[in-house]
Amino acid sequence: MKLTGKQTWTYTKPLYINATGTAVGPEEAAGPLGETYDITFGDLHCGQENWELAERHLMEQAIDACMKNAGKTPDEMDLFLSGDLINQTVIANYTARKNQIPYLGMFGACSTSMETLALASALVDGDFANTVLTAVSSHNATAERQFRYPTEYGGQKPDTATYTVTGAGASIISSNPSPYQIKMATIGRVLDLGITDPFDMGSAMAPAAADTIATHFEDTGRSPGDYDLIVTGDLSAVGSPILLELLREKNYDLSSNHQDCGLLVYRPDQPVFAGGSGCACSAVVTYGHLLKEMKEGKLKRIFVVATGALMNPMMVQQKETIPTIAHGVVIEAADGGGV
Amino acid sequence: MGKNEFSPEQQAYKEKIKPLQPTPPYFVNCLKAFLIGGLICAIGQGITNFYITFFNFTEKTAGNPTVATLILVASLLTGIGVYDKLGQFAGAGSIVPVTGFANAVTSAALEHKSEGLVLGVATNLFKLAGAVIVFGAVAAYIIGMIRYLFQMVL
Amino acid sequence: MVEYFIAFVVGGLICVVGQLLMDIFKLTPAHVTSSFVVAGAALDGFGLYDKLIQFAGAGATVPITSFGHSLLHGAMAEADEHGFIGIAMGIFQLTSAGISSAILFGFIVAVLFKPKG
Repeated sequence: MKLTGKQTWTYTKPLYINATGTAVGPEEAAGPLGETYDITFGDLHCGQENWELAERHLMEQAIDACMKNAGKTPDEMDLFLSGDLINQTVIANYTARKNQIPYLGMFGACSTSMETLALASALVDGDFANTVLTAVSSHNATAERQFRYPTEYGGQKPDTATYTVTGAGASIISSNPSPYQIKMATIGRVLDLGITDPFDMGSAMAPAAADTIATHFEDTGRSPGDYDLIVTGDLSAVGSPILLELLREKNYDLSSNHQDCGLLVYRPDQPVFAGGSGCACSAVVTYGHLLKEMKEGKLKRIFVVATGALMNPMMVQQKETIPTIAHGVVIEAADGGGV
Repeated sequence: MGKNEFSPEQQAYKEKIKPLQPTPPYFVNCLKAFLIGGLICAIGQGITNFYITFFNFTEKTAGNPTVATLILVASLLTGIGVYDKLGQFAGAGSIVPVTGFANAVTSAALEHKSEGLVLGVATNLFKLAGAVIVFGAVAAYIIGMIRYLFQMVL
Repeated sequence: MVEYFIAFVVGGLICVVGQLLMDIFKLTPAHVTSSFVVAGAALDGFGLYDKLIQFAGAGATVPITSFGHSLLHGAMAEADEHGFIGIAMGIFQLTSAGISSAILFGFIVAVLFKPKG
């Protein structure tokens, strides 16, 4: 049975993440996981003319690194699933224009990382593609400019705000064995608990993450103890305690094995408010740090739940509340690559 | 879900998370705003005295060159990427003085440079600061009318 | 020295009001500055803002509230001479230096610099 319970997909074929590629900006490179990224830039412009070109460059570099790590070329890819946060997902669109791989644009705000991974796996599982390339990106300045204020504007952000990760993560999914196997995915539904403050994404998104995680346990009959790590995308220091509280109410105790990518990606003394956010946040932490831990045998089975806030500034100005979503993917160590 | 009409579930959620959310450091924020805002005004006083002493401005007319000078300095600080850091520290302390107006104008213009001089810089120049001019002009117009009517009647 | 101190304290206090509006009532900076301009015009409508300037100097002329005060002042000066039409003629008369220099310097800086992020 591929559909397990209400919202969970169990892949029937053995599916693997064959290779990953990550590229990040200066603040991320200076963070605690700086060593785990393939490519780092010392300047927020990444050597480009403007912010949007900088983000596109990050995505292209992440894909190049991914190709290199896999020993593959773009024409060996059957499909490209990609998304970002900028209007009409232009970063992904323009990257697809260049690499000429058949393309499906994805948008799930910051949950796009796991949305692409879940869907890529499903398409390989269903024989619609043999090898799928996924990529997501976000950039602090493109996000500031689009969702908040000009980057040089002197507005004051509250402590609940998050800092959009500058970076991109790419991965190649196929049924060729590798150390990282994709087993399941739980597709989230949209939740809206009435948060209106665009500077408090953690509080807005925590219920969506809690819902997806709880549904995953109900669908699969599993419990938190079945995972070495359950990691959320960008709930930050504000959303993480709320998530734990919401799950405690449903009798799931995640206090010993929950972490948040937004808290892993930066040191507490970096100027990032409550933590990191953005599509790239969960992507670069998962594809860099977490898979490395898995390769080293420190993690056997993880559940990566990427969270997204599905609004835009116009909706916020029209006083609408913020709808949110979370998608989770189960990744397991495949015992040294052989099956 | 209508605007600002929260369901009982949404209300309950907001109540529940309140103890888990950080409260803004009200006192520290106000202190920082007071210090930086006051400092900018004191610098303004210095500039005013400078124009009165050396350029024969009167106390009434020195306001204009003072404001223009502060705007020049704030625009430059925005250009070299300092004003946004000052703003994160000072909050309203660097928004309320006229330097904040200059920062709003310059940062919007600068951010849209990539879209060209006409459709980027010029069109977006008042994207943030325009509200101040609109409300100022409308308020001055209405209050001016009322005052004028009073003067005629009396 | 006293005038510097008074400018510092009065200007600082006006900023504290803005900070409280932002932190407690969650107003955006645009809402705060717009309200302050309207407040400045209203205070001038009752002739109060001039007294504040006399007392605090730059402490009252540097905050954005003085923009509202100048708008109304210009309007009233022309109205005295030309009647109703004067209000339209005078509104931007005293604020011209601020607006035109903001446009000029904003434009020049945008041409010369690149956003730093």
